[in-house]
Amino acid sequence: MNEPFLRDLSPQVLGVLVRRGGDFAAAEDAVQEALVEAVRRWPDAMPDDPKGWLVTVAWRKLIDARRSESSRQQRELRVHGEPSPGQTEQADDTLLLLTRCCHPALTPASAVALTLRAVGGLTTAQIARAFLVPEATMAQRISRAKRTVSGERFGQPGDVHAVLRVLYLVFNEGFTGEVDLAEEAIRLTRQLAATTDDPEVSGLLALMLLHHARRAARRTPRGDLVPLAEQDRGLWDTVMIAEGVERLQRALSRDRLGEYQAQAAIAALHCDARTTAETDWAQVLEWYDELARLSDSPVMALNRAVAVGEVDGPLAGLRALDAVDPGIPRRDAVAAYLHEKAGNRADAARLYAAAALAADNAAERTHLTKQAARLNRG
Amino acid sequence: MAKYLLLKHYRGGPQLLPGCDAPMDQWAPEEISAHLTFMADMAEDLTRRGELVDAQGVSPEGTFVRYDGEGRPPVTDGPFAETKDLIAGWVVIDVESQERAYEAAAHLSSAPGQGGRPLHEWIEVRPVLGEMPMVIE
Repeated sequence: MNEPFLRDLSPQVLGVLVRRGGDFAAAEDAVQEALVEAVRRWPDAMPDDPKGWLVTVAWRKLIDARRSESSRQQRELRVHGEPSPGQTEQADDTLLLLTRCCHPALTPASAVALTLRAVGGLTTAQIARAFLVPEATMAQRISRAKRTVSGERFGQPGDVHAVLRVLYLVFNEGFTGEVDLAEEAIRLTRQLAATTDDPEVSGLLALMLLHHARRAARRTPRGDLVPLAEQDRGLWDTVMIAEGVERLQRALSRDRLGEYQAQAAIAALHCDARTTAETDWAQVLEWYDELARLSDSPVMALNRAVAVGEVDGPLAGLRALDAVDPGIPRRDAVAAYLHEKAGNRADAARLYAAAALAADNAAERTHLTKQAARLNRG
Repeated sequence: MAKYLLLKHYRGGPQLLPGCDAPMDQWAPEEISAHLTFMADMAEDLTRRGELVDAQGVSPEGTFVRYDGEGRPPVTDGPFAETKDLIAGWVVIDVESQERAYEAAAHLSSAPGQGGRPLHEWIEVRPVLGEMPMVIE
């Protein structure tokens, strides 16, 4: 049995059921039951139209479930001669499902879990392992999320930007074991890009590709962090970079700029340079100025201070940093970097040590501690 | 989401509130049962919320162990009656915010003690180091 094939089909089937008016949670259960039956039956008799087969079986299961619940609902639901869904409807279904799974009533973590389950087609056990929590806990997180969205009105597809935020969160989780969440996010964003012409969707996809392309160079085989300036650029995936740049250019030509396109443009400039010294920092800074007009994200203001430091010198960078909220994660690390460039080694060492204490992950913590240790050795 | 370790201590940490500092062997048996029921209910509630990662208690009797050179058996020491800090157990949760972690810790601290009154014990909250995100620069 081809598992990726089933995983691609399951959200499409779910989309059909939901569009026909099935309750989200019940429809999801019905699709799962149909998939189990497919795994059992298809090895002996593969249907000519696997998707049509799954829709028929899942729809029957959904109706059976309803029938046992209420005979009134049963009369309303027993519809014969359903039209088979065409390509356009399939695209709409994906968008409909994604906007439902990323409904604003959900917390970000619930939206992430539900999206991976209902659209990504991952099992609860796989999602649980990816987030390092027990399966029972993840099962509850997902069913709570289903209950939350089951109560919400669900006619038209909702806000694409809420979906983009969730897909970005999934991407940022990276790889924590058996499931590569970054690749999963790219797969789902590709699906979304095929269903909508919003240039921000292409912008996010480009951003993901341009970061993913550099992944092999970000860590040593032991797992230590390698900062951008020290990465072996020969390890970057040039094919993926080319795709990211092309998608970005097409998005930018639409002249509807947004945060993800601007961030992807910055990532593209980094990918374009053979060394850090060759990086076009003036253009990077221009894009950060553009980003500052699009959003008031303090993280972007922090990254902008690094670019100011490269263009106008470390003292200018430190002045730009003065305007950044002291509570922002990694602010001390940026200050340390700029202080070292300005020749203040003692301040830099102290700030690197403080940044290491505040780091929320082991790779960054070790890297920052080593920076402090290097400076302390004199 | 971020994981937090909520540590329960037998002793150590800030001063306990007056009237809440009697060791468990001086409680009534039903007061001990009520306390343990509260802890089990809390774990169940955290699972229902999709937040529980782990909950364990540890024995107060422990031994300090260290390496003593190649080919030599480990050196052991203790237990130390005067140890200032003693961990009783932990709950690990995966939650949306630090605020929620503090709320869960405060709930843990409200576990009933003598007379069924909340213990108000101090719970130490420590962020667990996570994975490095894909995007940092």
